[in-house]
Amino acid sequence: MQTGESISIWFFIGISLAGNGLLILAAGLYGLSHPPALPVVLSSLHADIWWGAILSAVGLFYSVHYRPAR
Amino acid sequence: MMASILILPERLVRLSTVDLIIVVFYFFLVLAIGWYLKGRANTGEDFFMAGREMTSWVAGLSFLSANLGALELMGWAGSAYQYGILATHWYWVGAIPAMLFLALVMMPFYYISKTHSVPGYLQLRFGESSRALSAVSFAFMTVLMSGVNMFAMAKVMQIVLGWDINFSIWVSSLTVAIYVTLGGLRSAIFNEVLQFFLIWAGALLIPILGLYEAGGWSQLKVQIAHRASDQYVHLWSTLGTFGNNPMGINWVGIVFGLGAVISMGYWTTDFLVVQRILAAKDIRSAQMAPIIGAGFKMFVPIIVILPGLLGLAVLPEKLVPESMALASGAHSYNDVLPLMLARYCGPGLLGLGVTALIAGFMSGMAGNVSAFTTVWTYDIYRPFINSKGSDHHYVNMGRWTTVIGVLISVGTAYLVMQFASIMDYVQALFSFFIAPLFGTVVLGMLWKRATGPGGFWGLLCGTLSSIGMWTWVKIDPTAIRYVALSPNAKGLAQDMFQALWSFAVCVTVTVVVSLATKPMPDAQLTGLVYGLTKIPSVGKLTLFQKPIFWAGVVTVVFVILNVLFW
Repeated sequence: MQTGESISIWFFIGISLAGNGLLILAAGLYGLSHPPALPVVLSSLHADIWWGAILSAVGLFYSVHYRPAR
Repeated sequence: MMASILILPERLVRLSTVDLIIVVFYFFLVLAIGWYLKGRANTGEDFFMAGREMTSWVAGLSFLSANLGALELMGWAGSAYQYGILATHWYWVGAIPAMLFLALVMMPFYYISKTHSVPGYLQLRFGESSRALSAVSFAFMTVLMSGVNMFAMAKVMQIVLGWDINFSIWVSSLTVAIYVTLGGLRSAIFNEVLQFFLIWAGALLIPILGLYEAGGWSQLKVQIAHRASDQYVHLWSTLGTFGNNPMGINWVGIVFGLGAVISMGYWTTDFLVVQRILAAKDIRSAQMAPIIGAGFKMFVPIIVILPGLLGLAVLPEKLVPESMALASGAHSYNDVLPLMLARYCGPGLLGLGVTALIAGFMSGMAGNVSAFTTVWTYDIYRPFINSKGSDHHYVNMGRWTTVIGVLISVGTAYLVMQFASIMDYVQALFSFFIAPLFGTVVLGMLWKRATGPGGFWGLLCGTLSSIGMWTWVKIDPTAIRYVALSPNAKGLAQDMFQALWSFAVCVTVTVVVSLATKPMPDAQLTGLVYGLTKIPSVGKLTLFQKPIFWAGVVTVVFVILNVLFW
């Protein structure tokens, strides 16, 4: 799935997912100790924590697997 | 501080600091991609065709993504709330057969002819007059549509986030202008693939959490039947008559108007999407790309239609049409996706969802601008204004055209801001060209007897007939009983039947004029027409590498899904 570039498109996607995932995970963990005044529906499921973790894992895999020096 | 200046009091959601960081991170990333790719857009093939080196996955996801704009997402989620599961037809019968037809039947001719654009193919097949008609109408409408979408999206950002309209228009358009001018089509394609992932990452939580809250699909259907009607959860069984479903349409309109004409026209001849496939690295990739796109397209209703249906079941308030919303201050159907986003997504997740909408808008605009640039440079400027320029000259023209195209779009956006009714006219105008163009291109590819005059007059008469029917119904709304064959037909049914008739006019005129004019010699049609073109071998492929195998897999899943939700 290379596109002839020295940096693959999948690397950029990995960076994007990892960056966003880590930010969402951090916000979710912060929310555990500082719950918002107006919680969203189903906030007890802590979607931000597990969704952030999934995005981070997928993003980091792509970032490492398609890193430019590889 | 900056955010507080830009945000107005009324808004649907309030972004936190982490949400704003996620939005800024997106802008940084797209500009970084454009900057990185600037050194790879030096020749015409690089700038306009992304070097024709895209893999089937990149071309396929970009092909799908170019159509997955923010307005598309919000509009169809709103349609699902308004019409129920019937809106899914625009993703299944209104897309999958056309994508597979493009892959298996039409793509080889586009690819072998090495054309830069759809108007370019018309020039090779029917001559300059057909190309000129198609190129001028496409360029004009594309850039106007871009402006209309820009205004609509800025309006959404004002309602949802409270952002100033001028801020939204200028920041997004300047960003698009920078990264497309720097990296050309390759930059647009890369950002479209990035957008595809962001949209899924930002929107997939809504159906997951929504189904959890509703108690699963069976309970969701029960709740929708209770709060709206049982008609809202059936895909085909209510389409026997116009009056038996919320959309006011019948199966003839859906199968023939939408499936056989409108979707075929859009997915196989709209250069905005076809350009992505022309950038594929070889003919097998060019055929696999629409099939990959079709495979993913089948599942887009999960993030578009399902949130609309969930909104019907779980939102405490009743959403209303746009006109009523303006008068009463209630939320409109089109607000259902942001409302569902705000319902389930806290800090961080909300930022990702909003970023997905912004990304969808910007890549849609980049798609419009890159297609406009190519058609202007190769199909208008080079043949009719300056045919002796160097490759470097045309690349520079492409860069300037990108900037000018964005500025015209911005101008259109401000024009629409002053005269809102222009939006309806521009959207209607765009639909006039799609169905007849499909008739012209498909006859050109499959019938060697079609001649240049036949192609030109068929395209012109088909387009004029479409404009005529639209004007007729605009002047006399009761005329819909003749155009859509029923007094119970509604707006969408009119669109479907209008397309069907204009396609029929185009085909009839093309056939009659062609038979009355001198046939074109076979030698002139080699590489352009079925029966006179030898498809180059792609070598020995295993079963799993063959496009026809994967087209079969997609077809089977498509049939199963339609039966499942009958």
